[in-house]
Amino acid sequence: MELWHIFIQIFPYAVAFTIPLLITSLGGLFSERSGVVNIGLEGLMVMGFFAAAITVKGLENSMGTGAIPLGLAAAALGGALFSILHAFASINLNADQIISGTAINMMASAITVYLARTFTGSGNIRIRSGIIRQDIPLLSDIPVIGKMLFSQSYWSTWLVIFILAVSWFLLYKTSFGLRLRACGEHPSAAASAGINVYFMRYMGVMISGAFAGLGGGIILVTYSGEFNGTVAGLGFLSLAALIFGQWKPLGILGATLFFGLAATIANVSQVIPQLAVIPPLLLKSFPYAVTLMALVFFSRSSRAPKAAGQPYYPGQGQ
Amino acid sequence: MKKGQNVLARALAAVFLGLVAGAVLMAAIGSNPLEGYNYLIRGGLMNIERIGNTLATATNLTLTGLSVAFAFKTGLFNIGAAGQMLVGGLCSTAVALKVAAPRPLLLILMVLAGFAGGAIWGSLPGYLKARFNVHEVVATIMMNWIAYWVVYYSVPAWLKGTFLETESALISEAASLKTSWMNTFFQGSYINLGLFVALGAVIVIHVILKKTTLGFELQAVGYNRDAAENAGIRVERNMVLSMMIAGGLAGLAGTTFYTGYASNMQIGVLPSQGFDGIAVALLGATEPAGVFASALFFGMLHSGKGFMNAMTSIPPEISDTIIATIIYFTATSVLVGRLWDLWKQRGRGKTGAADTETRKDGI
Repeated sequence: MELWHIFIQIFPYAVAFTIPLLITSLGGLFSERSGVVNIGLEGLMVMGFFAAAITVKGLENSMGTGAIPLGLAAAALGGALFSILHAFASINLNADQIISGTAINMMASAITVYLARTFTGSGNIRIRSGIIRQDIPLLSDIPVIGKMLFSQSYWSTWLVIFILAVSWFLLYKTSFGLRLRACGEHPSAAASAGINVYFMRYMGVMISGAFAGLGGGIILVTYSGEFNGTVAGLGFLSLAALIFGQWKPLGILGATLFFGLAATIANVSQVIPQLAVIPPLLLKSFPYAVTLMALVFFSRSSRAPKAAGQPYYPGQGQ
Repeated sequence: MKKGQNVLARALAAVFLGLVAGAVLMAAIGSNPLEGYNYLIRGGLMNIERIGNTLATATNLTLTGLSVAFAFKTGLFNIGAAGQMLVGGLCSTAVALKVAAPRPLLLILMVLAGFAGGAIWGSLPGYLKARFNVHEVVATIMMNWIAYWVVYYSVPAWLKGTFLETESALISEAASLKTSWMNTFFQGSYINLGLFVALGAVIVIHVILKKTTLGFELQAVGYNRDAAENAGIRVERNMVLSMMIAGGLAGLAGTTFYTGYASNMQIGVLPSQGFDGIAVALLGATEPAGVFASALFFGMLHSGKGFMNAMTSIPPEISDTIIATIIYFTATSVLVGRLWDLWKQRGRGKTGAADTETRKDGI
């Protein structure tokens, strides 16, 4: 019972950690479903992290907490704009998508710290305001669930849950989603049905940029409070969650929540006697080791979009 | 454009565009790009000590670059050089701190330990790729973070110095790759015997790729896995071997960096040389000699940035930005080819489809 109590206690922290992963991974879903592998998610998160930081920093004195939504909007916009570089390379130039994504990652961390150093002198940007945690009226009074889900939550969490629901609807219930998925499975067939493969792939990549940027922005205004030039591998973890979740919105939700819980348990293990007996190395590497094991199970019968990572040449069968 | 003939032209075009991007960024913050590049180059090359530092930086980059390039030849993208470098460095540092042996023997043991550590770290993703078709990009990234935490906890537990919890003890002079004659010649720079390890690796890898059956088989797998399999080449074994050697090379970079360039290991850092190795390999067209040449160039950018930063208001991250931009332009080098073709066609007054040739490095 003691462990269950601890679980309830740490669950809100796990959710806070999960949300940036979830939205970034969801972005990756749009990109890969359209047929473009995006390992630049890490860099796109950094870009959003940075865009949010300069926006909030610049506006918080005059606007107070009103700067935060604008900061998140800037994060999404920054991510989307930066992702055009990856889209152009992958879609128009048929460049190697892994290399282009690697370049995105390296460019993002270099250029943001370069600019941050110019603005603030150090490579870091600290903001004073952040989203204040709030109890949801009525719902937070429900036993157990109220404590786990509706107490002390950030409004950005509900925004992301809403985007998750919209994304599911968009992908599976609209013609846009059908077209997007067709471009990731069989672009030539999609093209012969009159779909503009280039346009759909641009949409996929730019949505991934916006979502990953938003993820980076959420890190800033929830648990971080300071831009420091790195998201410490969360973008790559989001990519792993995409595979772990088998390229499905709900699968991604499960995978990211699992990572969020694992990371939170590792972080709090030192103060909880029952967990302190486990070597911290095992706890810290647990998410990565589990991902490797999950990949072993899933890679044989992968549900990856069939044309993900392959360039599309107009007028050419596959 | 014919491929072989224009590899160099494309590399130079990517470098040129990267430098242009760097100049734009310098100008964007109100600095003079010519002045910036002047100090950057002088910072890397203006006296014998700085040349030594450039060579010392290039030593680590050559090894990580060779690591990425070697895996490329088998069609594998080794994004895990950083983790392999950490584990190699950890093994070498452990030998340097814990083993008592005469200096020559000790140094050889450290190099072997570094290679072995990296090789183990690289071969696991290779095995997962060969046996279970796990994508090596994701697997090597996961291995990077596991390496990060292994170093994070094992250095304070076993190799801790007297004062700080966050770094290992300093290795003794006898266990360092730094050596007095090189130190004297280059007037006290970071240069060390690792340079010869790197040069040796360039030659050995060149020979393996060009002159041995192993190299032929590895590249055959890279060109066309199915054809190689039909020709009786053991694809899975070759993939594991390729990643093992690639990991070993990155492990050697850990040896030269942590026990040569530096004198101890700090925790909580994923070495950037691992990722720069990707840029080095791509710019060097995945050929050993090209890797060495581009490592020298990037080495100069890295060792000159401190001087540039001291003399101007340009942040040192300009070097990383230029390097990242060069990778981007290497990936999109087809653009340069197309523009070139369009220009030529216009010159002849002829219209036609642009070159749709794409990079095929086998991934």
